[in-house]
Amino acid sequence: MMENGSRKPHKKGADVPRKTLDLPVVEYLSILDADGHVESELDPQIPPEDLKRLYRTFLLARRFDERMLRLQRQGRIGTFGPTRGHEAAVLGSVYALRQTDWLVPYYREWPAYMWRGWPLDNLVLYYAGFAEGMRVPDANRDLPLCIPIASQLPHAVGLAYAARYKGEDSVTLTYFGDGASSHGDCQEAMNFAGVFQVPLVFLCLNNQWAISLPRVKQTRARTIAQKAIAYGFPGIQVDGNDLLAVYVATKEAVDRARQGGGPTLVETVTYRLSLHTTADDPTKYRSEDEVKAWEAKEPLPRFRRYLEAKGLVTDQVDAEIEAEVDAEIRAAIERAEARMDPNLMDVFEHVYAEPPAEFLAQRKELARHLAESGDARAS
Amino acid sequence: MGRETCKLTMVKAINLALHQEMERDDDVIVLGEDVGVDEGVFRVTEGLLKKFGEQRVIDTPLAEGAIVGMAIGMAIYGLKPIPEMQFSGFAFQAFHQVENHAARYRARTRGRYHIQMVLRMPYGGGVRALEHHSESEEAYYAHTPGLKIVIPSGPRSARALMVSAIRDPDPVVFFEPKALYHAVKEEVPDTEETWPIGRARVSREGTDLTLIAYGAMLHKCLEVADRVKAEDAADVEVIDLLSVSPMDTETIAASVRKTGRAVVAHEAQRTCGVGAEVMARIVESAFLQLEAPVRRVTAPDIVYPGFARERGWLPDVEQVLRAVRETLTF
Repeated sequence: MMENGSRKPHKKGADVPRKTLDLPVVEYLSILDADGHVESELDPQIPPEDLKRLYRTFLLARRFDERMLRLQRQGRIGTFGPTRGHEAAVLGSVYALRQTDWLVPYYREWPAYMWRGWPLDNLVLYYAGFAEGMRVPDANRDLPLCIPIASQLPHAVGLAYAARYKGEDSVTLTYFGDGASSHGDCQEAMNFAGVFQVPLVFLCLNNQWAISLPRVKQTRARTIAQKAIAYGFPGIQVDGNDLLAVYVATKEAVDRARQGGGPTLVETVTYRLSLHTTADDPTKYRSEDEVKAWEAKEPLPRFRRYLEAKGLVTDQVDAEIEAEVDAEIRAAIERAEARMDPNLMDVFEHVYAEPPAEFLAQRKELARHLAESGDARAS
Repeated sequence: MGRETCKLTMVKAINLALHQEMERDDDVIVLGEDVGVDEGVFRVTEGLLKKFGEQRVIDTPLAEGAIVGMAIGMAIYGLKPIPEMQFSGFAFQAFHQVENHAARYRARTRGRYHIQMVLRMPYGGGVRALEHHSESEEAYYAHTPGLKIVIPSGPRSARALMVSAIRDPDPVVFFEPKALYHAVKEEVPDTEETWPIGRARVSREGTDLTLIAYGAMLHKCLEVADRVKAEDAADVEVIDLLSVSPMDTETIAASVRKTGRAVVAHEAQRTCGVGAEVMARIVESAFLQLEAPVRRVTAPDIVYPGFARERGWLPDVEQVLRAVRETLTF
């Protein structure tokens, strides 16, 4: 302080020596461009059989998505969250997992369930309001869909921790959206993951929209990938419509985790081509022009072109696959509708391992009520 | 050849349960803030880190939501985590994980996954503490299907119920009355003891009135029963609920059918408190045997005050005594 009580003026600019802190950088990866061209050195050389299976699953997911939207409009299922445009980000990433690795989704990655062998009818059942649709198949190391935003992320941390504690070399892959990246659970989970160095890959499906909030209003950060730096692990941003780049980045992250190198955040930059859910009207908050611009970059045509260049897909092959997936979807809907058990008493199942006395009394009460009113069927 | 016992405080009794269960089962994991190196702010996790190591006794960063969420993930895998909330008041920062997930995972996955977890927290008042360190929040949890809520009243019940809770395949919220942590010493057998969750205990038999309580209030109620015996020559039957959920309706009903009069006492606020649930069950099961209205003695519907005035919130022996006498002479 100077004599008269004021502060000594600070030195400005170049006079003040500063250090630059050496912090990690964020890389951006793109391999398969919107026109379907690939830098040959970057091509990950996915085996042809796997490429064909990925393409088939992509089409299955795309057509199932379309079909489910129609089912909802017909009142045969309830609210549904479509995945149109996200298929490369989901399939490219889940392809990097072993079957013995763990999958912790939120609610827009059910193409990953398809890849991992879920019966399609389970999904139809679930969206028709039958809880048994979310009974994860015994052979699958998958968690059910998670609706409270970002709340699955701490679960993924615990799962990864537990698997390592029990001596497995399995890796956990967890998904979340750009909206979820704002949530407290996301910060907490990433922080815990960094501290405990768990074998976990955080996969952000940045589809530019959290219902009506555009990505630029969700966070001032330039990327979501850079948030990993805050928690002490690498973050990478990739073109989320480029299945190859998504695969390469995720595989790198999965390998790092498996070798004890801790977590990674992979941000896939993609676009929600459809609505948030069937209860949403995007025309209220975004322009058709924007959607069109992103349609031009969407993942399916470029992947098809890539496979065509490799001789793995032709118009003939396409037509065959389309017919197959159409039949598969039809059969799944039929099976699902046959499985829709109207028994209302099912609501009392699976609440506790050993139902307490009061619980059993209430079950009896409902059974009596239903018997007396002759109304035991689900609506 | 009797069992070895010694007199333990509630802290030591819970600590004993944790040591023995962690010894017995490698899948039991403790996690929370300051539970390891610091051995817990109340010393409940004393000695665990030293014996079991930092993979099993985890000092977490400061985030209740992630503590419970991570525990849920461990339980999904098949471990048996025991997450601690440092004080029950802070558990609200994790409550969404409890209600949205811990309580629902079994039902959501139709039994494919279940959450074998004990969420431990010190709760309750009367210890001259800062804001948020004295509340009784059991009603918020009791209203959530899929959870079990356990509240011991002393060292022996704490140890026996903790063992049951750890072994229970469903999520248990374990409220530890901090006012009792060191206040009472009881014989606790060294060999394992379990008490079933969902059963109340008749702490004191009687024929003239049923007095139902849990946690720290139990001791005030036992004192009330002593005074009523000495001063009014009446025998009060005191029931220790022990398990708020599932609640032991059978024991409560059998008692009230016998005595015809009932008072329930708890620390927590009045409206929609556990006392309301007890009263509802008494009316449902023993109405015709009632000789007087059922009464409840609780804190008023106000936020827990600064501790200088906590006497104005916590129900005391005199308040319970008044309610009991009014019910006896109705």
